[in-house]
Amino acid sequence: MFVIKLIIRNAFRHKLRTFLTILGLALAVMAFGLIRTFITAWYSGADAAAPDRLATRSAVSIIFPLPLAYKEQIEKIDGVEEVTYANWFGGIYVDPQNFFANFAVDPPTFFKIYPEYLVKPEYMEAFNRERNAAIVGTKLADRFSWKIGDQVNLIGTIYPGDWPFVIRGLYTGKDETIDETAFMFRWDYLDETMRQTMPGRAGQVGWYVIKISDPNRASEISDKIDSRFDNSLAETLTETEKAFQLSFVQMAGTIIAGLQIISGLIIGVILLVLANTMAMSARERIPEYAYLKTIGFRSFHLVGLVGGESLFIAGLGAVSGLIFLYLVSKPIAIAVATFFPVFKPQPVTLILAICAAAVVGVAAAIFPVTRAVRMKIIEGLRVVE
Amino acid sequence: MIPFNYTVKNMFSRKMTTLLTVLGIGLVVFVFAAQMMMTSGLKRTLVSTGSDYNVIAIRKASQTEMQSIITLEQASILSAEPEISRSSDGTPLFTKEIYVVINLTKRDNAGNGNVVVRGVGPKSMELRPQVKLMAGRMWNPGSSEIVAGKSLAERFKGCGIGETVRFGGRDWTVVGVFDAGGTAFNSELWGDIDQMQNAFDRPVFSSLTFRLADPATFEAMKERLEKDPRLPLDLKREKVYYAEQSRAMSSFIGIMGTVISIVFSLGAIVGAMITMYAAVANRTKEIGTLRSLGFSRFSILNSFLLESVLISLSGGILGLIASSFMNFVQVSTTNWDTFSELAFSFAITPQIIISSLIFALFMGFIGGFLPAVRASRLKIVDSLRAV
Repeated sequence: MFVIKLIIRNAFRHKLRTFLTILGLALAVMAFGLIRTFITAWYSGADAAAPDRLATRSAVSIIFPLPLAYKEQIEKIDGVEEVTYANWFGGIYVDPQNFFANFAVDPPTFFKIYPEYLVKPEYMEAFNRERNAAIVGTKLADRFSWKIGDQVNLIGTIYPGDWPFVIRGLYTGKDETIDETAFMFRWDYLDETMRQTMPGRAGQVGWYVIKISDPNRASEISDKIDSRFDNSLAETLTETEKAFQLSFVQMAGTIIAGLQIISGLIIGVILLVLANTMAMSARERIPEYAYLKTIGFRSFHLVGLVGGESLFIAGLGAVSGLIFLYLVSKPIAIAVATFFPVFKPQPVTLILAICAAAVVGVAAAIFPVTRAVRMKIIEGLRVVE
Repeated sequence: MIPFNYTVKNMFSRKMTTLLTVLGIGLVVFVFAAQMMMTSGLKRTLVSTGSDYNVIAIRKASQTEMQSIITLEQASILSAEPEISRSSDGTPLFTKEIYVVINLTKRDNAGNGNVVVRGVGPKSMELRPQVKLMAGRMWNPGSSEIVAGKSLAERFKGCGIGETVRFGGRDWTVVGVFDAGGTAFNSELWGDIDQMQNAFDRPVFSSLTFRLADPATFEAMKERLEKDPRLPLDLKREKVYYAEQSRAMSSFIGIMGTVISIVFSLGAIVGAMITMYAAVANRTKEIGTLRSLGFSRFSILNSFLLESVLISLSGGILGLIASSFMNFVQVSTTNWDTFSELAFSFAITPQIIISSLIFALFMGFIGGFLPAVRASRLKIVDSLRAV
């Protein structure tokens, strides 16, 4: 008990210095937490993928379409429950800066395979009835203040022309991990228009999504689908939905790796700030350590005293940093909602931050501790301020 | 004024503390400089890809070659325009190309990447004088042979000389490797346009590129052709077209980098403050002595501020030295604007050096200001009495 009291008293001997140290640590821990949260947010699309869904795309690359005729053939394969398909439309709303995902989807099957997108029955009915109807995520509708019945024109980049749509429904996510920023419209609208303007590009789908009966058979069913289309004009590549999503997420792999390095460097900054403070305190207290040794305290007492103080300050810094993190992550989550539907610190980030603080606390104490332990009593007493 | 020497010697009186502070600031400057070097490297690669003399045409509103589709008829109309420069044999310096993206595996099995395959015509090399064959030979017309950009040959399976890569239902042999001098072409596979059109079953073109006899005629030509209903095309100077492809990535890196640097710098400023407050506390008696010798409050303030700025400047220089090694680092990432792999190097510029040093000085100034004010406000009697 006495030792703990002494440690706390020591820690606050220089109030300003300790306050600044804690502030520095807290800022760094907050930055660490934000970067980690950002990385998780980046991967959230892939994390939300269901294990019982496969995605089939062209083996050449995602930019090559597949014939619509594959749908029936995939449906016949054992273990396949339901097949839907979609095309990336890549339309621009007024200005390329207003980026959001827009897809052509097959109305009857798409929302069956994606039960996490919740659509009210009356919206669903309107979507099924009207050829150029669109269903959009609530966050996207909020972003551009779209209301049901509004006409929205997208400029086609892949499919030329000016495409008028009418917002006929909104969807919400089943939980907060679901992206609510997508724009979906009917595949048959796209296809009929293409049939009139560019017949060669009709009857083509971007990719298939397949619901399978048993997630454990994913790789077996994938192989069956791909071998079905081997040596055809459009060979396929089937993978789990997670792998499919990851292939997009990893387009930023280099940047994510850079961020991971930076989050490591932050630990270095924390260490430097704390080590500086601890080295200063230890230098000033050399005579005290000599007194303690004279009275009969042993080396391990000094280790506990200095190390304990270091850990104590590191702990306070980490805790305040995590409190900062929670305070700032709310407004940030709102600000980046259009790009990152899910921006929330994960428990693993908290654990990592605490562990990092503990390691830093120990590392920062190494130099002062060795100095205190190695010092001869007589030298310590001789120090004059 | 307090001699400069005094300030410098003070820095070295507490080596450990000074060193730790210098390292902290160095780390921050390193991150600050590195993110800017990444953006500048990306921009440099793309800007240097395009030429001032070349013009690229893609289908209206298609943004990049990938989405663009141009018919043979449109291509023939455009190739007859009078502004187009001619080769020695009198044919226009005009090329029709096809651009597709295929998925290949990286050499270290580090996943897949999207790679550009460009079907090029006989004039394509002449239009891009920076593209030089560095090993092997060009493909033989009518064969399934291709040449690979240098960065691609290093990074992707099957893209080295003598290797084969499978796409479009055929095996293609890489017969040559070319170096396009740090441009985006280094991340592409080039083959014969006719072969590519067959393999991908696309009897169309993605882009048309031509050289202007006089670059100044571009604006007038663009205005005239965009009114022509037979040509639903967007004409862009090649340089502008490629520069625009750095937009999404560079603004993303820029925003991330700035936010991270600001938060980082707060940490370093706090570190400098701790050091300087401790310096003031330790030297209270000296300050009293200096004041009684007749040095003004202002010169005390100056001396401490100068010390802090010197520490941060050393940190800044250290950080810059470390980051200049990044100049040798080449990274490869998917460029979001083109959906395909692009290799580029970090690039340091004089502007980055200057802003990094200003950033370091700024941290030292802010961190040292309050402690210096405290030092200058000490009363002579009190400070001489300090133990």
